[in-house]
Amino acid sequence: METDPNTMLDQWAEDSEYKWGFVTDIESETVPPGLNEDVIRLISARKSEPEWLLEWRLDAFAKWQEMTEPPWAHWPDHDWRPIDYQAISYFSAPKSDDDRPKSLDEVDPKLLETYEKLGIPLEERAALAGVAVDAVFDSVSVATTFRDKLAEAGVIFCSFSEAVQEHPELVRKYLGKVVPRTDNFFAALNAAVFTDGSFVYIPKGVRCPMELSTYFRINQMNTGQFERTLIIAEEGSYVSYLEGCTAPQRDENQLHAAVVELIAMEDAEIKYSTIQNWYPGDENGVGGIYNFVTKRGLCQGDRSHISWTQVETGSAMTWKYPSCVLKGDDSVGEFYSVALTNNHQQADTGTKMVHVGKRTRSNVVSKGISAGKGHNTYRGLVKILPGAAEARNYTQCDSMLMGSACGAHTFPVIEVENPTAQVEHEASTTKIGEDQIFYCNQRGISSEDAVSMIVNGFCREVLAELPMEFAVEARALLALSLEDSVG
Amino acid sequence: MSLLEIKNLHASVDGIEILKGINLTIEPGQVHSIMGPNGSGKSTLARVISGEETYDVTEGSVLLGGKDLLDMDPEERAREGIFLAFQYPVEIPGVSTKYFLRTAVNSIRAHRGLDELDAYGFLKLVKEKAAWVELDPALLDRPVNEGFSGGEKKRAEIFQMAMLEPTMCILDETDSGLDIDALRIVADGVNQQRSPDRGFLVITHYQRLLEYIVPDVVHVLLDGRIVRSGGKEIALELEDKGYGWLEEEVAAGA
Repeated sequence: METDPNTMLDQWAEDSEYKWGFVTDIESETVPPGLNEDVIRLISARKSEPEWLLEWRLDAFAKWQEMTEPPWAHWPDHDWRPIDYQAISYFSAPKSDDDRPKSLDEVDPKLLETYEKLGIPLEERAALAGVAVDAVFDSVSVATTFRDKLAEAGVIFCSFSEAVQEHPELVRKYLGKVVPRTDNFFAALNAAVFTDGSFVYIPKGVRCPMELSTYFRINQMNTGQFERTLIIAEEGSYVSYLEGCTAPQRDENQLHAAVVELIAMEDAEIKYSTIQNWYPGDENGVGGIYNFVTKRGLCQGDRSHISWTQVETGSAMTWKYPSCVLKGDDSVGEFYSVALTNNHQQADTGTKMVHVGKRTRSNVVSKGISAGKGHNTYRGLVKILPGAAEARNYTQCDSMLMGSACGAHTFPVIEVENPTAQVEHEASTTKIGEDQIFYCNQRGISSEDAVSMIVNGFCREVLAELPMEFAVEARALLALSLEDSVG
Repeated sequence: MSLLEIKNLHASVDGIEILKGINLTIEPGQVHSIMGPNGSGKSTLARVISGEETYDVTEGSVLLGGKDLLDMDPEERAREGIFLAFQYPVEIPGVSTKYFLRTAVNSIRAHRGLDELDAYGFLKLVKEKAAWVELDPALLDRPVNEGFSGGEKKRAEIFQMAMLEPTMCILDETDSGLDIDALRIVADGVNQQRSPDRGFLVITHYQRLLEYIVPDVVHVLLDGRIVRSGGKEIALELEDKGYGWLEEEVAAGA
């Protein structure tokens, strides 16, 4: 079927205008809320996608309609706001500069204060606050230099949409291979309606010359709620990818359902670091983002290595389990996580380590910090399949509680089907003690600095896994997220 | 001006009065000792002076160099010069002792209008002061008090005291759990820090510590009140006869 975007849009508007009771303003390039096949056709058409990708989306959508939203745990202290999937607008062209703040003077001063505290460089603050970027600083030149350097090494780093146009064979070969489009409710939804994301391809034997950061991907400020990332590391290559940002970003969406797929071939290594600081809602638990993400890496080749590191401080509710399928012999999977919940936030996170190949190893270190009425849940699976002779796993799962109204929950599942495997699980729960804070106070250290010091000490093993600059920001972020949580 | 001046101090916890009118004045350069049986309020006094919030001060005043301490947060009191060597120092996992101390030293220096110590200046100071209490500098790379033996914890407290250069040092049963060698080392560390403008309040159960840290004045605390003050001979008398006779005497006098 030939799909011309404009015809599609017209037709769709015509079909749906009265049925759904809204009026389509074609000029605005934003699709009215609602989800049906036509919306998906429209998204695909607007992005000039090949037919196979449209079919892929439609198939995911058909399966999604048969699935039910997971009745996942949410603990008391959080008023679950049902997600109305028909109320979401699934396609929106980037906002025109006219709609954005013209300068920092028009931005909420509280937001700017936070940037200040986090030590975000002045020129970056504007971009984060959604100020029309090119009016403020010339980020294009930075990005261009960056791209030239990558191209020299043969690394492909571009938006997902670009990859679909320029490297369709790679996208087609790997898309959905690690996270099948019907993997779960939110992955299926993402597959049906994803709008953009990142694509990375590291050729054989190449060590990516720099850390790839989404920050440089300035061409999609409006990636939106349904982001899709695909990273392929060919034989013997290495890449470190940084996602997110310590600064709270302006965002009015309720639901985020991203999908990330990683594939590491023989002797390849992928290091994926995330700082997630989406809007957590206010101190009474009003508003905030639901962050339901599917992240999975496939250690396809022998001796391949995938490492997830995350610092999760944002979102009203997070469900996220970055996982590794250790298929290649001697492959290694790692998961290092800090999740901090304050006020009414809830984080349900952990990992799945599936050992398929021989002598595969996995290492899991999870640190959950709960303050206010926040709840933290570790949910993990370590699965050793019959063929995974001499597989090893070590899991360490520590919880820290601040105050008496918060909660920490741990649900580790271990399934071992090979008798030569070795699996260890250690867990601890500590309460940040008044006596610890008093001890610091008595040495002249303020309560705020004391809490930050104690929390950073608690998370040290995880923070050590972050690239240097990210780690410094993460420390500041942890301290900031706990501000006012000590009496 | 007196260094520390406590007047009619009453303090309670959960509505139960522990300190029932303490009067105590320490002049610069003096070492005072407080002795008393378990539950007499010795540790409470130390914690009330340093500002622990568990205790409610219901009456009285505490002045340090003429400044009202009770109005200050515990960290301000520390910056003003109060140091408490804890009976049971807490552990802070994952935070190296060096990092902790450098933060402490610089908070206090900032308060006194001094520049931050850089890494070099800090390490130089560490080396000098660690020698005073024969503390293995390798311990300082470990998390605060974690995996320290009882003796190491106490030595680390005295080391921290040396690093922070307080004006009023309070030692809360620093001798408990120490063998005689460790006791001597700790006492030497304290004695080296005695100076004409620094005061000490040494809380102890036993006379033993006072053989090494010789006090100018000994006070006996019974049931939240100082019932007797005098020279170090009181300590010897208590060692000899216990507290029973004093309790009876106080009861008879009342």
